[in-house]
Amino acid sequence: MADMVPVEEIADAMFKMIKDAAGKKQYKSMDLQKAMKELYPGRVDKQLCKAAIKQLINSGRCIYTYFGGSYIELPHVEGAANPEQTET
Amino acid sequence: MADKTKASGKLDELKKGPYPSFVKEIEAAAETNKMAHDLIGQLELSYDEKLCHWKHGGIVGVMGYGGGVIGRYSDVPEKFPNVSHFHTLRVNQPAAWFYKTDALRKICDMWEKRGSSVLNVHGSTGDIVLLGTTTPQLEPVFNELTSLGFDLGGSGSVLRTPSCCVGPARCEWAMYDTLKYAYEMTMRYQDELHRPYFPYKFKFKFAGCPNDCVASVARADMSFIGTWKDDIQIDQDKVRWYAEERKVDIEDVVVERCPTKCMAWDGKELFIDNRNCARCMHCINVLHLALKPGKDRGCTIMLGAKAPILEGAQLSSVLVPFMRMAPPYGEDEATAEDLPELIDNIWELWGEEGKNRERVGEFIQRIGMGNFLDAIGLEPQAEMVAHPRTNPYVFYDLGKDEEEEEDE
Ligand code: HEM
Ligand code: HEM
Ligand code: SF4
Ligand code: SF4
Repeated sequence: MADMVPVEEIADAMFKMIKDAAGKKQYKSMDLQKAMKELYPGRVDKQLCKAAIKQLINSGRCIYTYFGGSYIELPHVEGAANPEQTET
Repeated sequence: MADKTKASGKLDELKKGPYPSFVKEIEAAAETNKMAHDLIGQLELSYDEKLCHWKHGGIVGVMGYGGGVIGRYSDVPEKFPNVSHFHTLRVNQPAAWFYKTDALRKICDMWEKRGSSVLNVHGSTGDIVLLGTTTPQLEPVFNELTSLGFDLGGSGSVLRTPSCCVGPARCEWAMYDTLKYAYEMTMRYQDELHRPYFPYKFKFKFAGCPNDCVASVARADMSFIGTWKDDIQIDQDKVRWYAEERKVDIEDVVVERCPTKCMAWDGKELFIDNRNCARCMHCINVLHLALKPGKDRGCTIMLGAKAPILEGAQLSSVLVPFMRMAPPYGEDEATAEDLPELIDNIWELWGEEGKNRERVGEFIQRIGMGNFLDAIGLEPQAEMVAHPRTNPYVFYDLGKDEEEEEDE
């Protein structure tokens, strides 16, 4: 079995994805996990991806947002409400 | 302009009648709390204009959690500055909503200081719903709650706060310990509850019997409804007592209303064809001193209910006809020990293949129940079919023996 990718490296790769897409596309946890599995075939799993997301959130580099579904994004100024969102 | 402590106009109508009135409650709160004060003003404006004046803010929360806080802002903050932020927190309720008065008092004291002082005990999700605070107050509220021993509940694409009926704590019909499972699942799945990893929300609800006092069959993605396998226990003397002393028309209100028509009454004895009983609870509810559920107890797991938000409403359907929920566990039966694997399999599949904002019930409709069962590793069973007696596509392999099955 291939060496697993360190959590920090996964977190950095996820962060780059989120940063590059900021303002254009929102990612959910599973989108990030699927992208990591493509980027590092056989070298990441669900547990590592979860740990990487936890690290991004707990360090404050990213936040969870909610626009109908839950996304992971860069922290940004509040108040930019999404008119499409209609429920909690 | 918007200086009102008392409601008027259309909102005033909601104070009339003998019912509890949320308007009266907000008025009482408005005497001492400025958020509650402006809340009346904004509500009145909404009732007059028939327009919602709340904006949905999607980015507020507490550090580390992806759920529990629901961001709201006024779109007329210049008129009602004290509700320019009005975020709601969901607080994970104790199983079956048992509190000491002291715990409630402390939550209320905290909320008078840090929020609108208006709360809803309980929201339809089951949580305590703390209505209205500002962004800077979120972390302090969370700190006070955790120091009181409470935690936030779920919101967003997470496992929502599990809830249960009052179960064996107060109800003789509980077929299993609903409180125990609500608590255990909450603790086991803390990660799923606070850190969104699903395509959309997912709800567990635990009902002790088919009366389903938590309405799990209509609301929970996965419902656990108490049931029994053996015969309904009948005390024929008590049945006669109902007929003679209480003047219950047994034929009319019991036998005729049995959904599967599996009962008969000859004026002296009540007969139940238990093989055809659907365990609906109707006869037991009516003749509760004479009838009791059987003694061989467990639960039925149902999957896929949801309210109409993106698509129409759906009731759940049977996934596991009978699961034993307390030891001793038999060899060849589904037991509560199988739950973690079953739940993981469902979440893996739906997590990977589900579309954004697709509930598990909609997912099953899209890919087909057969494919779904195959993927999570469950055998199809006749109990999963809504009308097995009239559906020509159900085949019963009654004569088939075990070895033949294994050969396939
Ligand atoms: C004038 C021509 C036709 C009339 C008036 C007619 C009428 C009907 C009616 C009343 C039903 C029952 C619907 C129900 O029970 O809900 C039905 C069912 C059906 N018809 Fe026709 N039909 C006609 C032609 C055809 C043709 C040409 C075909 C196939 C080549 C066809 C295939 C079917 C099928 C597959 C069903 C459904 C059977 C089932 O699974 O319940 N029909 N038709
Ligand atoms: C081996 C071939 C076929 C099989 C196994 C098959 C099977 C079925 C089944 C199981 C249903 C019922 C679905 C349900 O109501 O839940 C159905 C419905 C239907 N089939 Fe087929 N079918 C076959 C071929 C065909 C062909 C060749 C036609 C048309 C030329 C056809 C037309 C229909 C129609 C119109 C319905 C809908 C009937 C209704 O809604 O009442 N089927 N088929
Ligand atoms: S669902 Fe059944 S067991 Fe639970 S409280 Fe209601 S009647 Fe009692
Ligand atoms: S529980 Fe319901 S289905 Fe069963 S015998 Fe009583 S009324 Fe009929």
